[in-house]
Amino acid sequence: MDKVVFRKPALLNDTPMHYCPGCTHGIVHRLIAEVLEELGEHDNVIGIAPVGCAVFAYNYFTCDMFEAAHGRAPSVATGVKRANPDSTVFVYQGDGDLASIGMAEIVHAATRGENMTVIFINNGIYGMTGGQMAPTTLPGQKTTTSPHGRSALEHGNPIKVCELLSTLTGPAYIARTSVHDVKAVKNTKEAFKRGFTMQKQKRGFSLIEILSTCPTNFHLSPLASLEYVRDVAMKAYPLGVYKDIGLPV
Amino acid sequence: MKKLYFDEKLCKGCGLCVAACPKKILAIGSRVNAMGYAVAECIDENACISCAFCATMCPDCVIEVHKEAKA
Repeated sequence: MDKVVFRKPALLNDTPMHYCPGCTHGIVHRLIAEVLEELGEHDNVIGIAPVGCAVFAYNYFTCDMFEAAHGRAPSVATGVKRANPDSTVFVYQGDGDLASIGMAEIVHAATRGENMTVIFINNGIYGMTGGQMAPTTLPGQKTTTSPHGRSALEHGNPIKVCELLSTLTGPAYIARTSVHDVKAVKNTKEAFKRGFTMQKQKRGFSLIEILSTCPTNFHLSPLASLEYVRDVAMKAYPLGVYKDIGLPV
Repeated sequence: MKKLYFDEKLCKGCGLCVAACPKKILAIGSRVNAMGYAVAECIDENACISCAFCATMCPDCVIEVHKEAKA
């Protein structure tokens, strides 16, 4: 007799993901599915897909999903959650979606303390549209719209979303994690569990930022991209829990 | 016993499993799937310790990991 140590979670279907080889979107999708199943919420979850590479996320999850206009996922989720207060609602957004066009929506959803969980993928670049500079692009980082590297004088400085949102009163849980190795993936899963538990206990807004890769637009191999996150991105975006109001005892 | 089951049609040959394996028994082989990617395979399954590091890092849920149950 053998025992299954690891199996694809039932909240994901068998559709091959359209993401590039080595893209960490797949890891994060799987972690969401695993955590929701472990919390027993897999039959009671509604997801909001963003605009960006994860625009087709609804093809891979077996739960009910919405597709929001660019940046407006937290607003759509506000309506979904208020109409279905007992459902678990998650929002999946990239950095171009959340930190650029959707900045107003995320800040106001956070400050209202909407009871939802936002999964924020930060790879510092616009992946889907061809590697342009994002609000989160690091100083010196070369992209198609900053070919000589991002300069603070010319292009401004990157936005640190966790630091920014943790100054607000509304959010219950704000954390930044990474998926660059096995330990980091497990920590990310714990953060997801904490965020979704906050929502289940009606504590309010939770956001988990995941430092991610874009091997295609970093012009690096999948493995070198993970090393870039570990050696470069994590220095500019320190991991950790930025806000945690705690669970009722 | 068989410990690793690869759903090869989903594999994109990114090699993150190969790098994560502590026993260094995974490799990108010469076989190609319908998407045109050379797929990951195990070269010495007897050495596998069922740690599931490969499956943890796989972005495409290709690998299912089994372990011998203790009697």
